[in-house]
Amino acid sequence: MSNLIKLSNGLASIVEDDWTIVKLPTSQVAERVQAGKVVLFKLTGEKTITEEQIADTILPEGGKIIVPLSVFIARRSMLESRIQQGSVGIWLATHEVLEDLAGAVADINTLPIIAIFVERFADGRIFSLGTLLRTRYGYKNELRAFGDVLRDQLFFLKRAGFSSFQIRADRNSQDAIASLNDFTAPYQGAVDEPQPVFKRYNRGA
Amino acid sequence: MYKYDKIDQQIVDERVAQYRDQTRRYLAGELSEDEFRPLRLQNGLYIQRHAPMLRIAVPYGMLSSRQLHKLGDIASKYDKGYGHFSTRQNCQLNWPKLEDVPDILAELATVEMHAIQTSGNCIRNITTDQFAGIAPDEIIDPRAMAEVMRQWSTFHPEFALLPRKFKIAVSGTQQDRSIVQAHDIGMEFYKDSNNQTAIKVWVGGGLGRTPILGSVIREHLEWQHALTYCEAIVRVYNLHGRRDNAYKARIKILVKALGIEEFKAQVEAEWAHLKNAPNTITEAELARVGKHFEAMPYEALPAHDANFDAAVASNPAFAAWVKRCVHPHKTAGYRAVTLSLKPHGKAPGDATSEQMHVVADLAEKYSFGELRVSHEQNLILADVKLSDLFTLWEKARANGLATPNIGLLTDIICCPGGDFCSLANAKSIPIAEAIQMQFDNLDYLHDIGDIELNISGCMNACGHHHVGHIGILGVDKDGSEWYQVSVGGKQGNDASIGAVLGPSFSAEEMPNVIQRLIDVYIQERTAEERFIDTVRRLGLAPFKAHVYAKDEVAA
Repeated sequence: MSNLIKLSNGLASIVEDDWTIVKLPTSQVAERVQAGKVVLFKLTGEKTITEEQIADTILPEGGKIIVPLSVFIARRSMLESRIQQGSVGIWLATHEVLEDLAGAVADINTLPIIAIFVERFADGRIFSLGTLLRTRYGYKNELRAFGDVLRDQLFFLKRAGFSSFQIRADRNSQDAIASLNDFTAPYQGAVDEPQPVFKRYNRGA
Repeated sequence: MYKYDKIDQQIVDERVAQYRDQTRRYLAGELSEDEFRPLRLQNGLYIQRHAPMLRIAVPYGMLSSRQLHKLGDIASKYDKGYGHFSTRQNCQLNWPKLEDVPDILAELATVEMHAIQTSGNCIRNITTDQFAGIAPDEIIDPRAMAEVMRQWSTFHPEFALLPRKFKIAVSGTQQDRSIVQAHDIGMEFYKDSNNQTAIKVWVGGGLGRTPILGSVIREHLEWQHALTYCEAIVRVYNLHGRRDNAYKARIKILVKALGIEEFKAQVEAEWAHLKNAPNTITEAELARVGKHFEAMPYEALPAHDANFDAAVASNPAFAAWVKRCVHPHKTAGYRAVTLSLKPHGKAPGDATSEQMHVVADLAEKYSFGELRVSHEQNLILADVKLSDLFTLWEKARANGLATPNIGLLTDIICCPGGDFCSLANAKSIPIAEAIQMQFDNLDYLHDIGDIELNISGCMNACGHHHVGHIGILGVDKDGSEWYQVSVGGKQGNDASIGAVLGPSFSAEEMPNVIQRLIDVYIQERTAEERFIDTVRRLGLAPFKAHVYAKDEVAA
C-alpha cells in the first residue's frame, strides 16, 4: 500500500505514487553533511557528492523520475527530452543550497515536482528550505518531503509549504493524516497562511 | 498581565490533545525512545535521575495568584509537594509520572498555562526583567513585545527543529537585568532620537560549554520589525548551524566561525526579503497586547508612610529585610518586594505547595493578584503599598519567605544539579546549602554586601556560573565530583565572563574556599567597593594566592 500523503485543495489523502526517486550510490559523508556551513562547502569548498557517485547513478529507462540535483546538473543533456515531457523532478538533501537549484533551471516552475530528503527527522533545515522555495523562489508545483518523515513533523511541513509527504515505510500513513490538523489557528504567518493571527482575526482591543 | 482569548486557549487545548496522543503512542510502543525524545522535550519533559522532570512555562516570569495556586495544587497532587523556580523564570516539577503529564497539562490549560517549548531544540521561554513595568529606571515596558514574540515563536513551523536550543531575552531598562548579552538573541528596547521605540539587537551570546558574550548585530531596529528580523537571524542559523556536534551547535559557534560581520551580512540579506512581510507587527496588535500590561489601578499615595518609617526605625529585623528585599517603584507610595526562596540550608529556588499558596494569597491581598519569578530564582510581588509592607513581612517571615539576603552571598543562583539532573557532573544544591550555613550570620552577610554567587552542576551552565561574581562549576574527575571556581563574572550592561581560579576543589573544601575569597575582599576593599569592583581592580592574583596558600590549607 502507498505511504504517500498528498494535499489537494487543502484536503489530504493517500495516493499512489507515480514518481520514482533515483538514489545516489552510497557515500561516506553522512556525518559531514550535518556539520553545516561552518565545516562544509561554503567555507571549505568541499564537495559532498563525488563525480563517481554522479556517474554511477542509475537512471531508469522510462517513467517519471525524481533525480538528485547533482545528477540533474551533471547529466542534464541525456535527460533533456524527458524534462520536456514533464517526467523529471529534482530532489535535494537538507544540506544542499537552493542557489544551486535556481542556477540549474531557468524557470523553477517548469519542474513538476521538487522533493527534499531529510535523513533524520530532527533535521529542521527542511522547514527553511520549503519556506524559501515557496516564498523566495515562487515555486508552485508539488513539493514533497521524503526520508525520515514522521507524523509529528507533518503539521510543520505543511505550514512550511510542503504538499506531499512520503511517510517512512514502517509507519502508518492513515494514522499520520490526522496530525496535519493538530492546530486550528496557528499564531504566526507561514507559507500555508501568510497572515499572522492578529491580521486574520479581530482579537478585540 | 496577558489574558488568553479563545484563540490562545484553543492552541493550548489542542496542544494538550496532541501531547496526550504522543504519550499514548509512546506507551503503546508506536514511537521509539529516539522519536519520542524531541517530542517530550519540546514539552519540557526530561527523563531524570529519579523520575521525569517537567518544566512548566512561566512566560517572561509573570504569574497570577490563580496560576500559582494551581502550581501548588499540581505539586501536591502529582509530585512531592514542592516545585523549583529556575533561572529561566520557569517552574519545574521533579517527580511527576510520565503517564500523568497529559493530565497535568490539561490542568495547567485551565489557568492559561502550558509547558510548550520549555526544552528541546527550539525557541524557549522569552525572559525579561522581574521589575518590568514598575522599575524607576525603565524606559520601555518590554512585556507586551515579549508576549507578541511568545505568540510568534509558539509552534513556529520553520523553527520547530533547530540545531540546538534558542534563548531570547528582552530588556527595557538602563541597567540591564535580563542578561541580554548572554542570550542567543538579546533585545534591548530604547527610545531613539525621534522618540520612537527601537531595539538594539544582540546575537550569539550564551553560557554553557563555550561562554561568549553576544555581539551587536543591529544598533537600531524599529520595533515593528522585531519578528521578521528574528526570523532572518534564526533562518540563517537553522540553515547553517552545526548539527553534527551538540556542543558546537549553538548560534554563538556559527557567529564566531563566520565572524559577526559576515553573519550580519547574511542576516541582512535575508531580512531584505522579509522586511515588511506579513509578520510585521502592527500598531493595533501591540496596542491590543499592551492593554494587558497597563499600569495597575494605583492609589494616589504620599511618598512616605509614617508607620512604615517608625517600623524601620524600631525593628532591626524588619529594617534588614527592607534594605535587601524591598525595591523602588515608579509610583509613589509603592514598592516591589522579593520573597526569598533562599533560606539558609534549603535548596535555592524551591517552594513548597504551602508556600505557593501563601504567596498566591499574599499577591492577591497586597499586589493586585500578580507576581513574578526572577531569573535569580525568587518570587516578586511588584506592587505593594508602603503601608502594607510590615504586615506582609510578618506573614512572609512566618512562612520562611523573608530571609533578608537578596543580592547577598547566600542568595545563591543554583541549578538542580546532580541530585536531580541526569546531565549534571556534580551536585550543586548541597554546595549551596553548605555555603549558606558557613555564612549563616546576617550581620556578616550585610557587611559583605552585594555579591552574586552562581552554581552549575555541569557545563550546560543552568546556574549561569560564568556571570557570577563567584562562579562554581561541578566537574567530573575520574568519576568523583569536584568544583571549579571562577571569579569576576558579572551580568548587566558591563557583563563579563569569570576567570577560573585554578585547580578544582572537593565538596568539603568549598565553604572554606568561598570564605577565603571573602576574606581577601574584606581585607582589600575600599570603603564603597563591592566584591566585583575589588576583583576588577586587583585582578585574580591575590584571591588565587590566598585560596591556594599551602600553609593555610592544613588549618
